[in-house]
Amino acid sequence: MVRRIEVSLGTSFKDAAADALLERLKTDFGMSGLQTVRRAEVYSFEEDLEPSDAQKLAAELLSDPVNQHYSVGEPLVSDFTYAIEVGLRPGVKDNVGETAQAAAGDVLGRPLQGHVFTSMLFLFYGEFLPEKAQALAEGVLCNPLIQRWKGFAAAGISSYYASLDLPIAGASNKGSVFEIPLPADEAELERISKRRLLALSVDEMKAIRAHYQEPDVRAARAKLGLSIHPTDVELEAIAQTWSEHCKHKIFNADIAYVDKTEKTTEKKTEKTKDKKKNKQSKSSASAHSLSSSPKVIHSLFKTYIRATTESIHAAQPYLLSVFTDNAGILAMDDTWALAIKVETHNTPSALDPYGGALTGILGVNRDVLGAGMGAKPVFNTDIFCFADPNYAGTIPPRLLHPRRVFEGVRAGVERGGNASGIPTVNGSIYFDNRYLGKPLVYCGTGGLMPRKVPDPRAPNQRASQGDLDASSSTGGVVCVSHLKYHKAGDRIFMVGGRVGKDGIHGATFSSEGLHEGSPTSAVQLGDPITQKNVLDFLLASRDAGLHSGLTDDGAGGLSSSVGEMANDAGGALIHLERCPLKYPGLDPWEILLSESQERMTVAVPADKAGDFAALAVRFGVEATDIGEFESSGFLQVRYHSQVVAHLDLKFLHNGVPKMHLEAEWSEDEGLEEPDLELPSDLKVELLALLARPNICSKESVIRQYDHEVQGMSVIKPLCGASASGPSDAAVLQPIPDLSWGVVASHGLCPRFSDLDPYHMAMLALDEAVRNYVAAGGDPACWGALDNFCWPDPIVSSKNPDGKRKLAALVRTCQGLSEACKAYALPLVSGKDSMKNDYAHGSIRISVPPTLLVSLVGRIDDVERAVASDFKKAGDLIYVLGTTKDELGGSEYYALHECLGARVPQVDLKANKALYHALHAAMTDGLVASAHDCSDGGLGVALAECCIGSGFGASVKLTQVPQRAEDGASPSGPSSFLRDDKILFSESAGRFVVSVRPENKAKFEKAMEGTAFAVIGEVLENAELRIEGTRSGAPMSVPVGDLKSAHQRTITW
Amino acid sequence: MASSPRALILTGFGINCEFETAYALRMGGAKTEFMHFNQLQQGSGAALEDFQILALPGGFSFGDDIQSGRVLANKFKYKLHAPLKKFVDAEKPVLGICNGFQVLVQLGILPGWNNWERKMTLARNARGRFEERWVRLRSEDSACPFARHAGVLSMPVRHGEGQVVFSSQADLKQMQDGMQIVFRYADEEGNAASAYPLNPNGSADSIAGVCNPGGNVLGLMPHPECHLRYTQSPDWTANPPVVRKKKESEGVLGKLASALGLVSKPVISEPADEGNCTVLFSNLVEYARKF
Repeated sequence: MVRRIEVSLGTSFKDAAADALLERLKTDFGMSGLQTVRRAEVYSFEEDLEPSDAQKLAAELLSDPVNQHYSVGEPLVSDFTYAIEVGLRPGVKDNVGETAQAAAGDVLGRPLQGHVFTSMLFLFYGEFLPEKAQALAEGVLCNPLIQRWKGFAAAGISSYYASLDLPIAGASNKGSVFEIPLPADEAELERISKRRLLALSVDEMKAIRAHYQEPDVRAARAKLGLSIHPTDVELEAIAQTWSEHCKHKIFNADIAYVDKTEKTTEKKTEKTKDKKKNKQSKSSASAHSLSSSPKVIHSLFKTYIRATTESIHAAQPYLLSVFTDNAGILAMDDTWALAIKVETHNTPSALDPYGGALTGILGVNRDVLGAGMGAKPVFNTDIFCFADPNYAGTIPPRLLHPRRVFEGVRAGVERGGNASGIPTVNGSIYFDNRYLGKPLVYCGTGGLMPRKVPDPRAPNQRASQGDLDASSSTGGVVCVSHLKYHKAGDRIFMVGGRVGKDGIHGATFSSEGLHEGSPTSAVQLGDPITQKNVLDFLLASRDAGLHSGLTDDGAGGLSSSVGEMANDAGGALIHLERCPLKYPGLDPWEILLSESQERMTVAVPADKAGDFAALAVRFGVEATDIGEFESSGFLQVRYHSQVVAHLDLKFLHNGVPKMHLEAEWSEDEGLEEPDLELPSDLKVELLALLARPNICSKESVIRQYDHEVQGMSVIKPLCGASASGPSDAAVLQPIPDLSWGVVASHGLCPRFSDLDPYHMAMLALDEAVRNYVAAGGDPACWGALDNFCWPDPIVSSKNPDGKRKLAALVRTCQGLSEACKAYALPLVSGKDSMKNDYAHGSIRISVPPTLLVSLVGRIDDVERAVASDFKKAGDLIYVLGTTKDELGGSEYYALHECLGARVPQVDLKANKALYHALHAAMTDGLVASAHDCSDGGLGVALAECCIGSGFGASVKLTQVPQRAEDGASPSGPSSFLRDDKILFSESAGRFVVSVRPENKAKFEKAMEGTAFAVIGEVLENAELRIEGTRSGAPMSVPVGDLKSAHQRTITW
Repeated sequence: MASSPRALILTGFGINCEFETAYALRMGGAKTEFMHFNQLQQGSGAALEDFQILALPGGFSFGDDIQSGRVLANKFKYKLHAPLKKFVDAEKPVLGICNGFQVLVQLGILPGWNNWERKMTLARNARGRFEERWVRLRSEDSACPFARHAGVLSMPVRHGEGQVVFSSQADLKQMQDGMQIVFRYADEEGNAASAYPLNPNGSADSIAGVCNPGGNVLGLMPHPECHLRYTQSPDWTANPPVVRKKKESEGVLGKLASALGLVSKPVISEPADEGNCTVLFSNLVEYARKF
């Protein structure tokens, strides 16, 4: 009988991954005597297979006769020196194993009994150093959190094969429910919260205790035979619903905010001309500000986010749904709408970068699928923040090396996007060593939906339920798609994957900092194909009018999804024993909270339930009726007819006590402008900047993502004849027969937080807007998403500067709101992640306050889209916007290891006028290329325009619109900015634009009233020639040198 | 004119290029219908008889688990072998793109020798990674009646397992002799290119697409359905339309003149879009008209 099949490439075929591993072992592990590495895929069977069946599976399903060989029930090879086998830990989702199990059924003509488990054998030939096996296995080959490994020398092969075991999951739990008495003692309440990983504060625990002591509550519970104490199911459900992750308690808190700089700030805005001087002489002003009294902000969300959008909303009829649903929804025209959402998946990505990023991307896809009646994801975006991949310091316990995090996250996004058939169209990677403690993984998705869909409330017109080929179910009655229609009486279906212990406590866990005892169960592994089937099915269900509402099973699992939908419908009753499980042994609270992936909760009108279930079968999707929506006002959960939770929805959703927090901002006295000499050779500076991780080309990463599946791309992430120039934004044409397109961009610049988060927010927004406008986006039909990733902003003994971190959040919200109002740019969706810290003993690593602004909107005609590369020799090169001496936080200063003090100030009024003028010029077809100036300033922007096109450029810095520190425009050579400052300042609101000579007059007319100037022209010859403000030979760099500097940093 | 040929576009299990593939075939003149594999299987594949074209679009059927295309190929082999064979033997056109090509290769329909014997595979790319980039394809003088005069086409590759490998040199020779090589990766001048990145995956003999001996089954790794409009090509902004569309004529006199019909509306002249792939689909549909 056979339990194991091994498959390997024939020895005459190259295995690139094994070869790369060999190189790595030679260089990083000192195994210079190693000759060859080979790999073998291993399939282990829970069923004891007949040899003939095993033979058939090996030949027909598991191997390729052209280039592979296999062994059945015995080792494939034994001539190696050492071997390491890596497999998944019990309970970790084995996607390939599941596919093999189902596919074996096709081949054998009968279902396979039990699971199939996959593993990988690494076979080492030549001289292997066994003492390095552990470092190799755990540092390179596997992630011990989700995988296990065993190593053995050739001599030990027979004992190894005699003692194989399978990672079978499951426990003998009987499905028990416990009561948890809540005592009055605060210390005891805190202990309960800690022990069960509830992440509830003492105040919150007290609120729960008080609720359970109310006479009405007690009476209602007595009627149902429930004890006066909460059950574990109830307490866990409340903790999930009340988690920072789900309830955004900090964004809704009352915040007492003291701004010790307020007087100076006011003075600055009154006397703009003296702005810079004031900033420099801040210490004199600080005496006044000590008297400032706290201002209480009642909810950052309401004050700065929602109010901002509301103030713009009336003028923006295209906003269909904001802040209420899983995603923001914008009308693109009369027939189509775009749903958009950006999420983060930081903590899971810190523990398991691949799985964390994969579930992140699949999770945000489900948010979009769960928006309104369901939207089809048409693009993904991804923005990562990592520590330096070449980080050479020690790695604190429980953390992974940033290079490993980078590679894992990249692979996760590749898998999640590519296999789902959703193009990854826009993104960036940002490096700062403070992301060592927690990488930030932002995943965004845009989805398309028709604005009207068949009305699920229309009675089913079909003669018999389940006959899918009969006439339509709604008889042509339609409803708007951006709302949901579920109500009491509708069935509750759980659709998609099965329930396991994976991801339990994800919501509460991500509401805490990462520490050594962080639970590993919080990590899940997604399966894009199960989810693709769910997606195909639910879009078909939508178009057949079969469901009335749907939402994603994400953080908090069923407790959150059913809990939220029950809140709209007025109540719900679910039966946990009906939920299909991956393996036995889950307690009821675990079933309710599990964050097992690829699941959606769907409301189905009772008269459509048969059709819905039949359609699920057609799509190969598991859909289970687990209960119904009610008008009871309660979420009731039963397990084999026993009531295990009875939760008042009002208490569940509104009972969480409001937080009262303190924030305090004062000037950072340590900031000063560096005393940098003008470098003798700016060419060296430019090449060094181009190679910096934050500026360098991400081409090797971008090419591993499918960025144009679905065939919609108009402006791709890489542009120009050489297809290696970075694009500013993505432009897509979702409907080939309609001329409008979707434009997507983003802005992110956390280093400015070190100077002032208020300006950081404005700069992030301005960068997103510049990118958007540069590609042709219409600055009157758009929406922005705000995603905050913050260090813990609550002051405590462990977090002494919490008040400043919270003040940074306040200032960021203020800057964001002000800029949005000025640009008439509504915020349509957002999310915050608040505990991005790592703590171990005395080590504490906190991420810098980081705001991602994502922007989506419309371009009327995709044929007017503009790319960043220069187009033709002789075209005129313009700089739009004013360059100023504000290099604080710039990449140029960072190159010289300083921060500076003068943060770029965003001139909202001037920029707005410039963006609208540029957009009008583009609409008239007057702009050949446009590229925004951000990291690395004008110098890097010019270089990138050349790299994309292969053309050169000749420019004069004297022509660049600029303003010296005293605010005056240059009148003579002495008042020009220094050449390095003109080239590398990161002043906001600037572009490099090229224009055909015949369009010069028209273009300049269109730009009238804004700051712009011709600074040179595009050269046929591939060199970038820059003439400085002082006499002397111009600097000249071959474009080939620019390109190789740009491309050499990240090659994996 | 005879009615439009009907094309069955297979869907489900992770296929994900069905919409753009259907669009391409519609542009070429076909009527298209999506059908989930399960739906086709429900009727034991009888539905196939109603179609003149079968398209297996790109995607990640079953997640590329085990090997790309294998699991879906086995589903055909064990559930729908007879109707599929009948369709192929009738010389009706079958098009497999990317993952669809991988399925046809795993089934042995390509190269299609001796009862679909396996002699060719699509292995992991030589560089070991998934890669997207635009490539040029030279159409060869092949047995495929609808692809042999397509000239040089340009389109993206987007795959991790696309390296054409044969069991032996003799098998490659048989492909060459049997005119079964339909497309080769090519350079700017249209010469077959063997080196990376022009040949992005290290395929033997620069092969990008092949047909069966009868020429009616075509499989290729790159995505022709992604280059149907000039705005899809990666450097179209360097060569935008010559005359721009105008929403309205400029100036008062212009408006008056245009209202009176004295001037003709500006016409967009689409730029010469080198390597546009619509020709492949229209030729295929044209070929299908005889069934």
